[in-house]
Amino acid sequence: MISPDAWQAIWLTIQLATLTTIILLVISTPLAWWLSQTQSRWRAPIAALVTLPLVLPPTVLGFYVLVLLGPHGWVGILTQSLGIGLLSFSFAGLLIGSIIFSLPFAVQPIQYAFESTGRRPLEVAATLRARPIDTFFTVALPLAKPGLLTAVVLSFAHTVGEFGVVLMIGGNIPGKTQVVSTQIYGHVEAMEYTQAHWLAGGMVVFSFLILLFLTRLAKRRGRIAL
Amino acid sequence: MLRITFKRLMSLLAACLVPLAAQAAEVSVAVAANFTAPMKVIAQDFENNTGHKVTLAFGATGQFYAQIKNGAPFAILLAADDATPAKLESEGFGVAGTRFTYATGKLVLWSKKADLVDNRGDILRYGKFDKIAIANPKLAPYGAAAMEVVEKMGLTSAITPKIVEGSNISQTFQFVSSENASIGFVALSQVFEGGRIKEGSGWIVPSNMHKSIKQDAVVLNAGKNNATAQALMQYLRSDKAKAVIRSFGYEL
Repeated sequence: MISPDAWQAIWLTIQLATLTTIILLVISTPLAWWLSQTQSRWRAPIAALVTLPLVLPPTVLGFYVLVLLGPHGWVGILTQSLGIGLLSFSFAGLLIGSIIFSLPFAVQPIQYAFESTGRRPLEVAATLRARPIDTFFTVALPLAKPGLLTAVVLSFAHTVGEFGVVLMIGGNIPGKTQVVSTQIYGHVEAMEYTQAHWLAGGMVVFSFLILLFLTRLAKRRGRIAL
Repeated sequence: MLRITFKRLMSLLAACLVPLAAQAAEVSVAVAANFTAPMKVIAQDFENNTGHKVTLAFGATGQFYAQIKNGAPFAILLAADDATPAKLESEGFGVAGTRFTYATGKLVLWSKKADLVDNRGDILRYGKFDKIAIANPKLAPYGAAAMEVVEKMGLTSAITPKIVEGSNISQTFQFVSSENASIGFVALSQVFEGGRIKEGSGWIVPSNMHKSIKQDAVVLNAGKNNATAQALMQYLRSDKAKAVIRSFGYEL
């Protein structure tokens, strides 16, 4: 049924998705805030750049991450000069790939939440002499909670389902870079359809539950951004 | 105005469709990814000689197997192994008696760096490399052959921690050519041009060190009564096609 290999892959997938989600939340919140507030002429190009992983085929993205992490890529040159070595075929490399891949899924819901709050509550806060940083943490962020929640769920789910990027930069090393999706691929390719069915079926159920959870939440709050 | 444009568009579309309808003799072929380059040349030659049209789809053999079992309309499969065509035939998806080995793959231990890989594969013994890329031995015949060579050299346990697996031989090649892995077992056809290894350094593994990597072709049910499919199978066995296949680093 579910082999030790599969459990290892499931555990690794959960670790990867959790870490990706946490890091994305830290990166995306300020980025989304900036995108929602700025008048800068850099806004459009940056917004496009953030959205790019959404439209690029994962294998293309994976290929460029592979080149980037490699000995002639910027990241590769940097990590080598720092004495870390190359990050390709490591969990850290996978994490970098996942963060890039799921970036739009985290930034966009948060950005929309900030935008839909509008300027009014912030202006009110300012007239009450709240400093901008206070306004952000006590007004903007709590109001954007549904967006943040959506970002968390989508980043997590999207990382779990990620395949092309992982396949490109992972190297399929059990316990280090072999996640559920690449394992399913391996089973299908090897014509081991029974094992593939177990894992793939699990993924379907998981994805369904996530979406069900989101829809329920939306109904209850009436304003989740999905 | 809009109407005229629409009419023009339709007649343009019709003009495009007419030659397609007139072209009766057509054959679609599923081709193993590692055979992409030679098959393009062979298909072109075949089209020029016969006037038939060949449609090529390149991909992983395991994927093709799943697609064919689920009704993919390929007339011929050029597989990366000999097991899949045999399996398809025994399961009733291939036409009995049409199987033959169209090429035998050669394995090479390759690095993008010049002078890194010696011509006896001693680098494997001395271990002066960080990572070695090998195609997944469960999925790719080249990967299985590579593991056989490593085992024959008695180096399995020494090398295993350094292995990074490509899901197929193309991806394995990518790992090595992007230098994310310093060496790797790839198909000679991937690094061969004009009778020699075109770049970097390599050890062409003697073929007695592993089971031969037979790549078999089979006519599928969709191509059973397709004369063009039979003609193409015939052409694959011609001297001209064989010369092309050899020039890309395969044996026959």
